[in-house]
Amino acid sequence: MKVLVGVKRVLDPQVKARVKADKSGIDLTNAKMTMNPFCENAVEEAIRLREAGTIEEVVVLSIGAAKSEETLRNALALGADRAILVLTEDVLEPLAIAKVFKVIVAQENPDLVLVGKQAIDDECNQTGQMVSALLGWPQATFASKLEIVGDKAQVTREVDSGLETINVNMPAVVTADLRLNEPRYASLPNVMKAKRKPLEKIDIADLGIDTANRMTTIEVMEPPARASGVMVENVAELVEKLRNEAKVI
Amino acid sequence: MSILVIAEHDNASLIGATLNTITAAQKIGADIDLLVAGNSCQEAATAASQVVGINRVLHADDASLEGQLAENMADLVVSLASNYTHVLAAATTFGKNFMPRAAALLDVSQISEISEVVSADTFVRPVYAGNAMAKVQSSDSIKLITVRTTKFEAAAEKGGSAAIEPIAAATDTDMSRFIGLSTSVSERVELTSAAIVISGGRGMQNGENFHMLDSVADKLGAAVGASRAAVDAGFVPNDYQVGQTGKVIAPDLYIAVGISGAIQHLAGMKDSKTIVAINKDSEAPIFQVADYGLVADLFEAVPELDQAL
Ligand SMILES: Cc1cc2nc3c(=O)[nH]c(=O)nc-3n(C[C@H](O)[C@H](O)[C@H](O)COP(=O)(O)OP(=O)(O)OC[C@H]3O[C@@H](n4cnc5c(N)ncnc54)[C@H](O)[C@@H]3O)c2cc1C
Ligand SMILES: Nc1ncnc2c1ncn2[C@@H]1O[C@H](COP(=O)(O)O)[C@@H](O)[C@H]1O
Repeated sequence: MKVLVGVKRVLDPQVKARVKADKSGIDLTNAKMTMNPFCENAVEEAIRLREAGTIEEVVVLSIGAAKSEETLRNALALGADRAILVLTEDVLEPLAIAKVFKVIVAQENPDLVLVGKQAIDDECNQTGQMVSALLGWPQATFASKLEIVGDKAQVTREVDSGLETINVNMPAVVTADLRLNEPRYASLPNVMKAKRKPLEKIDIADLGIDTANRMTTIEVMEPPARASGVMVENVAELVEKLRNEAKVI
Repeated sequence: MSILVIAEHDNASLIGATLNTITAAQKIGADIDLLVAGNSCQEAATAASQVVGINRVLHADDASLEGQLAENMADLVVSLASNYTHVLAAATTFGKNFMPRAAALLDVSQISEISEVVSADTFVRPVYAGNAMAKVQSSDSIKLITVRTTKFEAAAEKGGSAAIEPIAAATDTDMSRFIGLSTSVSERVELTSAAIVISGGRGMQNGENFHMLDSVADKLGAAVGASRAAVDAGFVPNDYQVGQTGKVIAPDLYIAVGISGAIQHLAGMKDSKTIVAINKDSEAPIFQVADYGLVADLFEAVPELDQAL
């Protein structure tokens, strides 16, 4: 069996996003970039499945600018076997990303596609669902536990009311939540080894698909700031203020 | 213009988020149908018909809609979508699950988690954990939208009298099976609908200590929430989590106890009307969003608060 994992290069979650002065987007010049955290969980899960002998190969896919190679090398250092980089300078919507996945799935024939539940930059939370729709495969989103038994996957999903369990036929698309696993760190020897692992580059124009965006960003704004508050000396003062000033208790 | 809102329900009644989604739909246009889909959800359909501002309730009741699996829900939405200009659902784990699937099947983009309706094709949505707000315009013929419910008031639950129209479910795709749902039963109010929330973080040290918050919550009629660190450490179940990866809430009063205030936590609560932070570290970032900050050891401050109420 084979797993295809989607990894996206994003602004590091520890870095505060800054809106550009011309409101055209987020200023990413010289910003620290990293693998989307949810993709780290997806990669980790794939590697664990291979270590457990459930699958044989882990292929990682990223769609983005040339710099995304860094993110793919990182996934290779974590243990992925092979990488595919589909090159585009455009920032694509999940629908277009899903169409790229569909083409790569047709080439690679994986039994499972693993992606993160959401990218922390655009926060779309769509790609996995769209990939499974376009493939006509079942989906299991927000996974915190994944068990493959025969030709089925049993998935525990983190939902608003608790934990839901579903059984999906394979092949399937699973989207990873943060509690799916604890991602490992790449060791230095593995970082070195990753430099020699195969990484195929494909120009998006060669895929023959329509990747036009359906949305135009008119402007990107700062969120409204909260008025600064006050410090209270003790619990008595806090309760007094909540009762008489804020009138919330 | 005609709008389809997909109701979230538990078979007996509507989940509150549906009412906020209806308000978002009303800001787009007036002609709103509400889809109630499930297995044995007649009561929910009846409840839906009483919501103010609804034109028709479409009621799909079928065994294949048990657990509202994404594949069958998406096919049902697709079968109805051509009659509408907009399809809306709440940006809860329910809506986020099948809406993008339906969008891809219709070959349209989804506009995720809108926080504002600018016009029928232009919306504002938070990105980068709420550090920026993007105003986007969609060119798709049918707009599939999920709604950040904290940004819209709830529509009136009673007073309407829409007709209920039974409709057929789409064919069972038979791709997945619902096995079960385990919920952390609590007699307390639900986190997303509570007027007051008290949340604990890593500073709580263990699950046992959360009982201190329970006691305060009971006196205030509040719900109890948590940071990701507290959930990851196993102090409380996953459905307590507030933040980018958990629930987005905006109660009248939010009390953060032993929570540092990471950007991902703030993403889930910074629209609360009044924010209180109790933390022993005066430098903790949570104080930057707090209306009332108290630098104190929570193990002294929380019992004192409990006493004072
Ligand atoms: C992609 C991604 C998504 C995430 N999503 C979420 C999310 O949805 N929700 C979320 O909460 N986090 C989320 N996080 C994690 C987030 O970055 C922080 O790690 C987390 O919020 C920290 O939780 P905490 O404040 O409880 O713990 P800490 O940061 O460890 O803070 C504990 C605080 O408790 C205080 N404290 C300790 N002892 C006491 C005491 N006795 N009395 C008073 N104060 C005390 C300390 O001073 C400290 O400020 C996410 C992270 C990533 C990367
Ligand atoms: N450009 C991309 N390249 C590879 N994978 C992606 C890309 N965009 C999104 N994904 C995958 O889809 C997940 C969800 O992204 P999104 O739907 O944008 O929130 C991510 O965690 C990735 O696993």
